[in-house]
Amino acid sequence: MSESVDSSETSAEDNRRGFLARLSLILSGVIGAAITLPGVGFVLAPVFSREPRVWHRLGKVDSFEVGKTVSVEFQNASVRKWAGVTALTGAWLRRVSDEEFIAFSINCRHLGCPVNWIEDASLFMCPCHGGVYYSDGEVAAGPPPEPLARYEVRVRKGYVEIETSPVPLTTNDQV
Amino acid sequence: MMIAEIWKWIDDRSGFSDVVKPMLEHIVPSDARWWYVFGSATLCAFIVQVLSGIALAMVYVPGGDAAYESLKYITNDATFGYMVRGMHYYGATAMVMLAVIHMTQVFLHASYKFPREMNWMSGVVLLFVVLGMAFTGQLLRWDANGVWSVMVAGEMAGRVPFIGAYIAHFILGGETVGGSTLSRFFAIHVFILPGLIFAGIGLHMWLILRHGISEMPKVDQPVEPQTYKENYEARLEKTGVPFWPVAMWRDVLFSALMVGVILLCSLFLGPPTLGPSPDPAYIHANPMPDWYFWWYFAILSMLPPELETYIILGMPVLGFVALFVVPLLSNRGHRAPSKRPWAIGTVVFGATAFVVLTIYGYRKPWSPDFTVKPLPAELVNSNDPHIQKGAELVHQKGCLYCHNIEGYGGFRGPELTYIGDRLDRGELTIRITNGGYNMPSFAASLSAEEMEQIVDFLLTRTEPKPEVAK
Ligand code: FES
Repeated sequence: MSESVDSSETSAEDNRRGFLARLSLILSGVIGAAITLPGVGFVLAPVFSREPRVWHRLGKVDSFEVGKTVSVEFQNASVRKWAGVTALTGAWLRRVSDEEFIAFSINCRHLGCPVNWIEDASLFMCPCHGGVYYSDGEVAAGPPPEPLARYEVRVRKGYVEIETSPVPLTTNDQV
Repeated sequence: MMIAEIWKWIDDRSGFSDVVKPMLEHIVPSDARWWYVFGSATLCAFIVQVLSGIALAMVYVPGGDAAYESLKYITNDATFGYMVRGMHYYGATAMVMLAVIHMTQVFLHASYKFPREMNWMSGVVLLFVVLGMAFTGQLLRWDANGVWSVMVAGEMAGRVPFIGAYIAHFILGGETVGGSTLSRFFAIHVFILPGLIFAGIGLHMWLILRHGISEMPKVDQPVEPQTYKENYEARLEKTGVPFWPVAMWRDVLFSALMVGVILLCSLFLGPPTLGPSPDPAYIHANPMPDWYFWWYFAILSMLPPELETYIILGMPVLGFVALFVVPLLSNRGHRAPSKRPWAIGTVVFGATAFVVLTIYGYRKPWSPDFTVKPLPAELVNSNDPHIQKGAELVHQKGCLYCHNIEGYGGFRGPELTYIGDRLDRGELTIRITNGGYNMPSFAASLSAEEMEQIVDFLLTRTEPKPEVAK
């Protein structure tokens, strides 16, 4: 008789403990989520946000010589007020004809190093691992898997304009 | 009297004599001699990093616009700034080197075997975190090189299938290198990774106390998990010595030497020079990682493109897994290097590969050399203006960026010093016109006349015939 009372008491105590353990675990989870989730969202936000594309003026059409490829600078797509000089992106701009311009990204499609335009050889060359591209951006030699990326360029009211866009990561197209 | 009282109070409340002293005085094998100083020296280098790092952080501004200027201020104007930056740099070098040496020693002596498997595994994690510190630290320099390194890191991450671009944007803090990127790296470098290192070191040291320092391996003492602990305790009882101060003096002496070397280097060699400002539009940057990553740089340059993505992504992961599972593959048996030829082989192979690749990485023969000088007249050695023009074109058209002629030019492509002996006119013309494996075609950028001048010049590049004695 007394034994059964004992065991029912123990099991009540057991239930209580089990409940308290579960309660503590669940509450800890709630606390953890409450503390971390806003921060995680904050840190991950740039991964999912897309910057609006904007057209930037590079200069008067006449300041570019037909047939010449020159390096130009413009503000990049995800610009922050405090970025300073790091808000800039470079591009290679060629005036093909009176009206036609092409802009190549300076980022090598291999691992992103800055490619150099070698006028005499009509080649873009990468200092990092020997990537070489022809003047139309096609791969001529070395490890790059793809031709140089291009930016949109247009002529408006006598000015050459370029459209900001993200740095062309080799795999950007997948997004 | 007063001091003794105070100490007694501190000691009683803190438990120094009860808890800390026994830890310091725990018994270690007496044969733990100079072989064993690298771990403690790594720890000491970490302390150098923490202290010099905190000092730097008091002035450094982790913002895309100001970081470069603040570093210039630290290097050129701040009192001792030059030295503190130098210490942080050489301390990092020391920490990476010592961690690797420590690990090599543990591996050679198979100290990772029972019961110290977890010691090794926590060490492997620590090593990778330390490499992460080295990498993120290099970016905090935020000169042109730093900016381009982030770019490269982003590109590498971008290669991950499906989610690559997301990871890249996470690393860059946006779609491209800019204002947010540096702040991210700063947070990772000063909060996240150091936190991991502190935790990792804590675990690592706790495990050392729990399992004791391993003895020097002896041929007649293979590890038997059933009996190891008992035997180890028994041997310690007989021959062990207290860590403090009998064994520890060597660690302290070696660490003192190391700190001395760090100080001397930072005084006389100074911190690495800051490159040009971090303008991502600056195209003349030649991104190059710190020397301990040159080997990886070399590998990246030599890979065939089809394999590249797999190796870029796979190698760090594979390397980590391979190291991490070492004690799981074998945690018993012989520890003596003489009984483990494969272990010696692995170390020799690894070290050789590292040295060879590092030299390659430094000489970067795969990169076009944009700085080549025109060929001097005595090398061209011709009065024919046609040939002279050809020699000029070889420089102008960039041939020399990749090809070498008697010491002038890059090493990316085959040497052309005696090319006239190997190829005839037709073959040369075809090569230059069509290009070939790793050589661009010059069909569009050379006129027929220029082509002829270049080919004629190249045909003069022949090995001088030995004078035949009459
Ligand atoms: S980044 Fe251009 S070749 Fe590797």
